[in-house]
Amino acid sequence: MNKRVVVTGLGVIAPGAAGKDAFIHLLKSGCSGIRFFQDLKELEFGCCIGGRPVTEDHAFFPYIGKLGLEPATAIIHYALLAGLEAWTDAGFKIPEPGSDEVDYDTGIMIGSGTGPADIWAARTIPLTDSKNIKRLRSTIVEHSMLNGASATLCGLLGTGNQCTANASACSTGNEAIIGAFERIRCGKAIRMLAGASEATSPYCWSPFDALRVTTREYNDRPEKGSRPMSAGASGFVPSGGAAVLVLEELESAVKRGATVYAELCGGAVNSGGQRRGGSMTAPSSEGVIRCIKEALCDASVSPADIDYISGHLSSTMADPLEIANWVSALDRGGKNFPQVNSTKSLIGHAVGAAGAVETTAAILQMYHGFLHPSINCEDLHPAIADLIDEHCVVRETISNVDIRCAAKASFGFGDVNSCLILKKYRHG
Amino acid sequence: MDNVFKEVKEIIRKYAFDKKLVDEATEKSRIIADMKINSARIVDIVLDIEEKYGIDVDDKSIQKIHTLGDAVAVVKEKSGN
Repeated sequence: MNKRVVVTGLGVIAPGAAGKDAFIHLLKSGCSGIRFFQDLKELEFGCCIGGRPVTEDHAFFPYIGKLGLEPATAIIHYALLAGLEAWTDAGFKIPEPGSDEVDYDTGIMIGSGTGPADIWAARTIPLTDSKNIKRLRSTIVEHSMLNGASATLCGLLGTGNQCTANASACSTGNEAIIGAFERIRCGKAIRMLAGASEATSPYCWSPFDALRVTTREYNDRPEKGSRPMSAGASGFVPSGGAAVLVLEELESAVKRGATVYAELCGGAVNSGGQRRGGSMTAPSSEGVIRCIKEALCDASVSPADIDYISGHLSSTMADPLEIANWVSALDRGGKNFPQVNSTKSLIGHAVGAAGAVETTAAILQMYHGFLHPSINCEDLHPAIADLIDEHCVVRETISNVDIRCAAKASFGFGDVNSCLILKKYRHG
Repeated sequence: MDNVFKEVKEIIRKYAFDKKLVDEATEKSRIIADMKINSARIVDIVLDIEEKYGIDVDDKSIQKIHTLGDAVAVVKEKSGN
C-alpha cells in the first residue's frame, strides 16, 4: 500500500532571501531580488542582471567554514545552507562531530542544472591547462562533483538511504522532489532531503547569454527584467540558489509531532520526445499536457480541485504557450482558471534549482495563506488575456486565502517536463 | 627539537580531525595510522611542504613518507638541511 508523504521541513537560499523567513518576507512584499552585476558587464554579457544569493546572511553560513568548504562549488554551499535549515526546521538535530550513528531511513536527492561549472572554470581547467594538476589538491573531486551537495550533507547528517544527484535542466528541482516522494511512497525510505542547487558564476550563465535566451533590455532596470506573462517579456533573468525540503512518511511525521507544511499527493515526469512541436529547446504541448494530466491522476485530484498554479513561467515567449497548455490540461479557461503566479518574477530563473525554490514558495504560500504577486506583468501578454481572465493572474499580494490544492510545474531543455500536486494537510 | 620537525607538524595539524593526536606526535608517529589523517590529505601535506620549503617532492619520495620523521627527512634531504 502506498504511504502518504508530507513536507515537514523547508530550507532555502534565494536571491534577496537567505533563509525561510526572509523568503516569506520577500514573497509577501513582492520585492525583486534581481540586481545589476558589474562583473557581467566587464565580461561583455548581453544580460548584466541576475539573482545571486548572499550566503553570509544565512543562519547556517558558519558551517561552510567549519567544514572547510570555502573552496567548494556554490552548489555545495547553497545546498548545505538550505539542507541544514530544512533538517533543523523539521525538528532534527545536526549530529555532533565524530558521531557514529547512521540513519538508514533517510536519503538525499539534490540535483543541479549546470552543476559545478563554477569550480571547473575557476580551478580545474586553468590548473590543468597550466600543468599544475597537483595544485588542484586532494579535495578537488569532492568539491566539484555533481553529487557534492548530497554527499556533503550525507557526511554531516549520517544519512544511510539513497544519496544521489539528478539533472534534468530547469526541471531538476521538481524531478528531485518527485523522485524522493516516490521513494517514500513505495516504502523504500521514511524521509528524504530533496531539492536542487544552482551556482551563479558567469561560467554558469554565459551559455544562456550565447543562446540569447536571457533578457538584454533591462540592464538599467534590473528589478523590471524578470516579467513572466508580460507583453514586454524578452528573456529570462538568470539566478541561482537552493531549496531543500524534508519529505517524510505521514505516519512518522505524526508520531514525531512534526509541523506538516503540506501533503505531496502525486507527481509526474516525462518528455515530449522532441517531436510534434517539441525540440531540444522548446516544449511539446502534447508532452506538457500529458505530464500535468498524469500528475493529477497520480494524486487522485480532479482539475477542478486546483486552486493555484505555480507556473514555470520564465519571462520568455513561451509563457503564453504554457498558459495555453494549462488551459487545455485542466480544461479550465477564462474566469474558471486557477490563480497563477510566477516566483521567477521576484528572484529570476534559478535554472536547475527553480523547481525546488518555487515549490518551497508554493508550500509557504499554502501554509501561511497568502499568494505572492507576480510582478512586472501589469502589461499582461494579449495572448494570455485571450485565454484566461486577468484577475486569475496574481498581481498584488493576496492575504488570508485558503489554498487547498496547488500544482507546480517545471519544464526544461531536452523537452523534459515535471508537475507535482500539493494539498493542504488536514488530519485524518 | 628542530624547526623542521615543528613546522612539518604544524602543516599536518591543519588536516587533522583530532588536533591532540598531532600535538602529541613524535618522529615515529605514523601520519595515517596514528594521527588519523585522511589518506587523501597526504597530497595536500606534500603540496604545503613543497610551497613552504621551495622544494619538489617526487612520487618516489612521497611513497617513503609514512611517519612524521619520514616527512622531516624528505624535507631535510631535498632542501639540503
